[in-house]
Amino acid sequence: MMNHTFQDVFDTYNWDETLASIQNKTAQDVEHALGKSKRDLEDFKALLSPAAQPYLEQMAGLSQAATKKRFGNTIQMYAPMYLSNECQNICTYCGFSMTNKIPRRTLNDEEILKEVAFLKAKGFDHILLVTGEANRTVGVSYLKNAIKLIKQHFSNVTIEVQPLDQEEYELLIEEGLYAVLVYQETYHRDEYKKHHPKGKKSNFNYRLDTADRLGKAGIHKIGIGALFGLEDWRADAFFTALHLRYLEKKYWKTKYSISFPRLRPFSGGLEPKVEMTDKDLVQTICAFRLLDEDVELSLSTRESEVFRNNIVHLGITSMSSESKTNPGGYTVDPQTLEQFETSDERSTEQVTDMLKTNGLEPVWKDWESFS
Amino acid sequence: MNIKDHLQIADKTFTSRLFTGTGKFSSNDVMAEAILASKSELVTVALKRVDVDNEQDKMLQSIKQPHINLLPNTSGVRDAKEAIFAAQLAREALETNWIKLEIHPDPKYLLPDPIETLKAAEELVKLGFVVMPYIHADPVLCKRLEDVGTQCVMPLGAPIGTNKGLKTADFLEIIIEQSNVPVIVDAGIGSPSHAAYAMELGADAVLVNTAIAVSQNPVQMAQAFKMAVEAGRMAFNAKLGSVKKHAEASSPLTSFLN
Repeated sequence: MMNHTFQDVFDTYNWDETLASIQNKTAQDVEHALGKSKRDLEDFKALLSPAAQPYLEQMAGLSQAATKKRFGNTIQMYAPMYLSNECQNICTYCGFSMTNKIPRRTLNDEEILKEVAFLKAKGFDHILLVTGEANRTVGVSYLKNAIKLIKQHFSNVTIEVQPLDQEEYELLIEEGLYAVLVYQETYHRDEYKKHHPKGKKSNFNYRLDTADRLGKAGIHKIGIGALFGLEDWRADAFFTALHLRYLEKKYWKTKYSISFPRLRPFSGGLEPKVEMTDKDLVQTICAFRLLDEDVELSLSTRESEVFRNNIVHLGITSMSSESKTNPGGYTVDPQTLEQFETSDERSTEQVTDMLKTNGLEPVWKDWESFS
Repeated sequence: MNIKDHLQIADKTFTSRLFTGTGKFSSNDVMAEAILASKSELVTVALKRVDVDNEQDKMLQSIKQPHINLLPNTSGVRDAKEAIFAAQLAREALETNWIKLEIHPDPKYLLPDPIETLKAAEELVKLGFVVMPYIHADPVLCKRLEDVGTQCVMPLGAPIGTNKGLKTADFLEIIIEQSNVPVIVDAGIGSPSHAAYAMELGADAVLVNTAIAVSQNPVQMAQAFKMAVEAGRMAFNAKLGSVKKHAEASSPLTSFLN
């Protein structure tokens, strides 16, 4: 049982059959799901299905009420901080992909502290550290040092970096690491291979079992998700939920969060294979909330101002603002190329004002290390 | 019962039997106003939400009142060791030896770990804390906590934040019957009628947060809870009539014996 991982569960599913069963859900299935107080993965499929589209308003109402009950009138604020854009992977959708001819940079201690000072002055106390995958220069010892440095200034440190081994996570947790975000990008094995042809990241299974390694290492929080648009978003959302349910049962002391990055057309990058519209994204967010009243749902500045202003009431519990997605982007080297284009470019003050106008309290600090 | 019917816990006397929390409010101003309207004299604060290095922490500033006692809680800890560390940090930062002991290793339903709670409670009492443990409505656990010296027990009515009311009523009744320390029903109280019911059962106080914080009008809801707690307590003191379990036949069944 201990060596059993998500891969064992995942391998019993077939992508096409799963997608077909979502597509075949009926209005009756949707109504049945809406009427329940505890919902299962079949209900989740119904809520994701085309049959649920006419019920979106009702889903939004239920999602709002459930979110409010559990999380209250609050939104957790966090800021991403890019430490490095060095990367030995090829990811077809990413600005940092190895083959892109861009200047590469990895922040040193002094530069990290400059960025830290900037974000602290904005009020942030939860930080997300991001890197590409360059194990020689930005490996565990670099991360360990960065966490040690940053931990003195932020209550809550999360990383979104290359997947690591269990023992490596244990070292970083000891240093004060709170959470790790690791997105599967797509749960479609063949499509995954197409989008990640080279580098360590091309190993689908190693990435898939990352959350298991984190759970075994005893991390406080794991964030999972898919990059919607690489494949059919409904199936990817379902497999994300399957993953979530598996993890919640197995690593019951760990908290979970789901993020909703989506590929947008016209962003100058890769065109999505399956477009996820605003309406689809709202449906997905609400479906996750109705499946799981306790999971944190996070939305970045990838999404537009208008979308973010309206989604804050419908299930989202944490948000970033004024994000820069290039190393040193806040103070050290603002001009370099960003990993992806942010859409909501408002200042942190403008975003928190928007929250307050919506009757939501921005929460800056919600963690203290007691170990 | 003392004449004024005050509640005594350790060295403190409370006029109000409604304890409140600080989470989930839409702003610090609304929170402060609601807490004032509740007339609560004991307000719990998650230490993890407080910026302990900042004396001007906005949340703390907004509830600073002579009649309000702060009750730091250990929310976020996963075991006894972390809880003890958190309590010590709270004692230093907030200058109080009162601690609401919450150990929920399960971040989903936030259910308390009875084993770690008992361990931590014993240690914290020895370290001079007034320990208010949040626990399951488990009568035996409540007695064990009393034995190690906790100054009250705080059994849950339903999973925290659910507003489901006193799902554990049968066990709460046993706890109240057996307890030598005040019994404060914590978690699950979703409406003033639930709070009144807890008080009618003989609970010494209730702790309410979500139901006030997320209502459409937290200030009015706080007042409603205040009144409900007072009404429930008054009814308890006045002794409720017993509920008749069987209908009484109009022609007595045993009249032939007369």
